[in-house]
Amino acid sequence: MSKVDPRKAFRHGFAMRMRGMIRKEFLQIRRDPSSIAIAFVLPLVLLLIFGYGVSLDAQHVPVAIVVEAPSPATRSLTAAFGNSPYFRPVDFSSIQEAEDALKRRLVDGIVWVRSDFAENLLSGETAPVGVVVNGVDANNARIISGYIQGAWLTWLEQYARDQGRPLSSAVSLEHRVWFNPGVRSRDYLVPGLIAVIMTLIGALLTALVVAREWERGTMEALMVTPVAAREILIGKIVPYFFLGMGGLILSVVMAVWLFDVPLRGSLWVLFLASTLFLMTALAMGLLISTVARNQFVAGQVAILSTFLPAFILSGFIFDIGSMPAVIRGVTHIIAARYYVAILQTVFLAGDVWNVIVYNGLALAVMTVFFLSIVKKRTRKRLQ
Amino acid sequence: MWRRVLALTMKEFLALLKDKRSRMVIIVPPLMQLIVFGYAATFDLNDVPYAVYNEDSGGAARELLARFSGSSSFKLVAQLDHESQIAPLINSRKILMVLRIGRDFSKELLLQRTGSVQVIIDGRNSNTALVALGYIRTIFVDFNRAWSETQGLRRSHAQLEVRAWFNDNLESRWFIVPGIVGLLTLVVALLVTALSVAREREAGTFDQLLVTPLRPVEILLGKALPGFIIGMVEASLIIAIAVFWFQVPLRGSLPALYTGLFFFLLSGIGVGLMISSLAVTQQQGLVGAFLFLVPSIILSGFATPIANMPPFMQDLTRLNPMRYFLIILREVFLQGASIESLWSQFWPMAAIGVVNLVFASWLFRHRLY
Repeated sequence: MSKVDPRKAFRHGFAMRMRGMIRKEFLQIRRDPSSIAIAFVLPLVLLLIFGYGVSLDAQHVPVAIVVEAPSPATRSLTAAFGNSPYFRPVDFSSIQEAEDALKRRLVDGIVWVRSDFAENLLSGETAPVGVVVNGVDANNARIISGYIQGAWLTWLEQYARDQGRPLSSAVSLEHRVWFNPGVRSRDYLVPGLIAVIMTLIGALLTALVVAREWERGTMEALMVTPVAAREILIGKIVPYFFLGMGGLILSVVMAVWLFDVPLRGSLWVLFLASTLFLMTALAMGLLISTVARNQFVAGQVAILSTFLPAFILSGFIFDIGSMPAVIRGVTHIIAARYYVAILQTVFLAGDVWNVIVYNGLALAVMTVFFLSIVKKRTRKRLQ
Repeated sequence: MWRRVLALTMKEFLALLKDKRSRMVIIVPPLMQLIVFGYAATFDLNDVPYAVYNEDSGGAARELLARFSGSSSFKLVAQLDHESQIAPLINSRKILMVLRIGRDFSKELLLQRTGSVQVIIDGRNSNTALVALGYIRTIFVDFNRAWSETQGLRRSHAQLEVRAWFNDNLESRWFIVPGIVGLLTLVVALLVTALSVAREREAGTFDQLLVTPLRPVEILLGKALPGFIIGMVEASLIIAIAVFWFQVPLRGSLPALYTGLFFFLLSGIGVGLMISSLAVTQQQGLVGAFLFLVPSIILSGFATPIANMPPFMQDLTRLNPMRYFLIILREVFLQGASIESLWSQFWPMAAIGVVNLVFASWLFRHRLY
């Protein structure tokens, strides 16, 4: 009788055990609709809401126009506002009424042309026009006052030309916006959103799944089987990796075909970066669950330490460069930051290698770091 | 009745607070988030890295560029001397924009003609690009005014005087921090309640609860009160930090704010309990809470205005309690609103809360596993 090579037997057992573990995880996913909900329904809902609902481009802003003494000059001024797609002018007869409407948020801004405007304009005195914007939403207020200034300058030039004395301002500004000439906010929000979705699938889902095993005691049951700690880990990662990649494909398809976001870089870079990021997110989810060992705590920690940072600290909406130095330092440990940089570049700019390589390396380092911590913590040990 | 409710409330508190880790996650992370996000979540730009490609050696160009290097919003990173240097710097995100001044700029200006400056800006984050362009425009307008004055040129008599109400310096923090108050309050209230019934369902103790003398209303109250109390305490703490740490002005009345908070918690807890009584496992409870939480943050006007959404989305936001609470928070904090002016925001939240609570208590008895 020939002796069985123990190494070979182990390897054979490895494949068999892995198959069992992975099969168990897939069954668990299939039987609990909430996993499928996170992996496919959530991306769908999020992309639809973001793609259609989130926009920083103000249009048809209600603006109160108060003209105290109508004249040809004021008429051409109000027409300039009426013709702009940015505004929906609402006429008010007195400034008090307009201010009241602003307080009640019926209008977002006021353009106040005083009774002596036309007279001063003709006589060469300064003719000030008062503009008030509601500053509660500071960003929106800034955008709206920019639009008002734009409409104003257009009118001024037009008016001077009509009067036969062209107005020359010393310097004119000519701007070109690269990568997004239409300045559509959707084009930068949708790629960033993919990072948020992948964080959800990777971290939240795995955090809950493993915490549940601890809570129900099935983790202890797993420990008495011949399955090694490393194999438990791989068994947990593989199925959720596929779920996450499924979510990614769905997101990319929707981004490109539904929302017309250009994809200028190459697909393989996108997938490679996504693989790295998903591994980091999965490792973080596993880490959270092994530390928390209870679904309530794991859920809370996963939301607060992965989802919200991916939302706010990743550069997805808020510019990292403008954050205070300490916070900027903190963003370096947020994996989503690197992924968002790659996503925005690959979608809008193309394969810019130094951005991709730098951020890709950072992601790779984080993946290795978190996986090795998880490996260390997942001992076959009871508390 | 109240004794029974009290007993259940006590039990819920114990279930939440007896575990050191769950005690921690209710208190510490929200406060950390508030501090970090209070600083991070801003649309204002500082130290925008830019490069200058100046082919003009004249004084006018120098004067214009001095206004950029003197501004705290911009930070000069590189001086370029060839066009081919522009693309690599922008592509690699080392700079956000390039100011390009042509050879004849100063000459044109001295001849009283219009000189033009080209700005090339990275549009990958289109909002940042827009805000930066706004800053640049302001600098140009100031420069134009100063230039015409020193050169004794005829300038336009019509002037635009822009003022922003309620937030004179347009600080985004004043807008975002009150929003974070609403966001974190909702997260805490939802997480405390969304798992409360699901946890018992999973453990099988909910059936036991149903055969006790407790009526569904009493179970509902016992389950709702802990979330309510924790939400109130947590929100008060967050409001205090917003006022004393972030110095966001609180101009309106506290009763108005707390009435709003009361109705907001009512609606948040209603939704939380509804999700919880629909869920069979805690995972489903959490996923449900999440599926509610994320769209309600995004469609609340927290970061992007509701007015920019398409009409059907705007109608959808009326179902979102956070929409109303954010209006209350911002009106009370910045506009100094009083209770009377906010009734139109209170009643929708009350309605959402009551409908969900009624449905949740109905589900207690009609969804058995």
